[in-house]
Amino acid sequence: MPLDLEIVSPERLLLSRPVDMVVIPAAEGDLGALPNHAPMIVLLRGGLVRLFEGGQVIDRLFVTGGFAEITGSRVTVLADEAMAPNAVSREEGERRLAAAQAEYDSADKTDVPVLDAAMARMQSARAMIETAQNATP
Amino acid sequence: MPSLKALRGRIASVKSTQKITSAMKMVAASKLRRAQTRVEAARPYAQRMERMLASLAANVAGQPNAPRLLVGTGRDQVHLLVPVTGDRGLAGAFNSSVGRLTRGLARRLQSEGKTVKILPVGRKGRDMLRRDFADCLIGDVSFAGRKSIDFADAQAIAARIAGMLEAGEFDVCTLVFNRFASVISQVTTELRLIPVAVPEQAQAAEGDAARRAMYEFEPDEETILARLLPQNLAVQVYRALLENAAGFYGAQMTAMDNATRNAGDMIKRLTLNYNRARQANITRELIEIISGAEAL
Repeated sequence: MPLDLEIVSPERLLLSRPVDMVVIPAAEGDLGALPNHAPMIVLLRGGLVRLFEGGQVIDRLFVTGGFAEITGSRVTVLADEAMAPNAVSREEGERRLAAAQAEYDSADKTDVPVLDAAMARMQSARAMIETAQNATP
Repeated sequence: MPSLKALRGRIASVKSTQKITSAMKMVAASKLRRAQTRVEAARPYAQRMERMLASLAANVAGQPNAPRLLVGTGRDQVHLLVPVTGDRGLAGAFNSSVGRLTRGLARRLQSEGKTVKILPVGRKGRDMLRRDFADCLIGDVSFAGRKSIDFADAQAIAARIAGMLEAGEFDVCTLVFNRFASVISQVTTELRLIPVAVPEQAQAAEGDAARRAMYEFEPDEETILARLLPQNLAVQVYRALLENAAGFYGAQMTAMDNATRNAGDMIKRLTLNYNRARQANITRELIEIISGAEAL
């Protein structure tokens, strides 16, 4: 029984297809979902969503963060932004990293939610840079 | 009866008006198509977010330390109204219907002794409300001169609303916008943003609450909610902005279609008058010639 995967960004539905397995970049480490996975709602970090079919990666998609809902038969990824790995721009990643770093430095060091948000953005920007590097060696 | 020259002038002027209105109709129709596909493209995300929020909200809503974005401040004293309108006119009653609903809402709240703050999005709404509620306006957002609206714009508005809530500047936030029902029909709607109107399906699906409670959360519910709620706010605002844009072009297309038809009727009437006047002139000249000839 395949797993119905949907990847949506606020602007549009990017992908909707059945897969054998999907690995999503959850905030606390990559998470592979097979059919009949326990129902979960997870926070995502910046990274690659990998689609598997027959033990092979058949498609990869970069997300900058967001949420995912997993049920036994369905995985829904609500990405903040999503794009093909070769469309990820290194310059954009570096720009965002600098912006997030600046925000982190200027933030009040006792304001934990703001610091957390800046850290998450820095992580996402680093993932963008890394993905861009891997896509164009 | 006006002179032939005056009539000719009027016909020419109505004709050029008709050219403008029919061109505007064409432009609105093509922009409408684009706006409509964007509304439809944004729908899946909003629906899925609603589903996720429903399952989370059910778990957290009862707790005393539930996030403010979800349950509000617990008071009902200061109301923030966010009317969304277009930046341009010539779209029939599209903008004024939002203005009318907002005014009615603001008057009712004021008569109940509540404080009303208004944050208009779109130039027309601001201009309309500035007359009656100048002291309630707390700024405005306008996209005049912008080609298209993207999600970042909605996020900026949502961040502003969330910031105001954190600062305790209002208790209840209501969005007023034209929902895009179809090309010829826009329904003026009020949507409560804060406290979050828990999606209806959550209540309807009370029966499978047990199933919903089985979700595991990673990291934990609070952390996810802290990210999900601002995102949800932005999605709601984004939806309103897109529906407003699509509705605006729909309304403009209808209005311009009517204007073009009216101009056509007017041209027909004026042409009839013109021809009558011309024939009357010819007849009069003939009579003059004939009676002149008879007199000889």
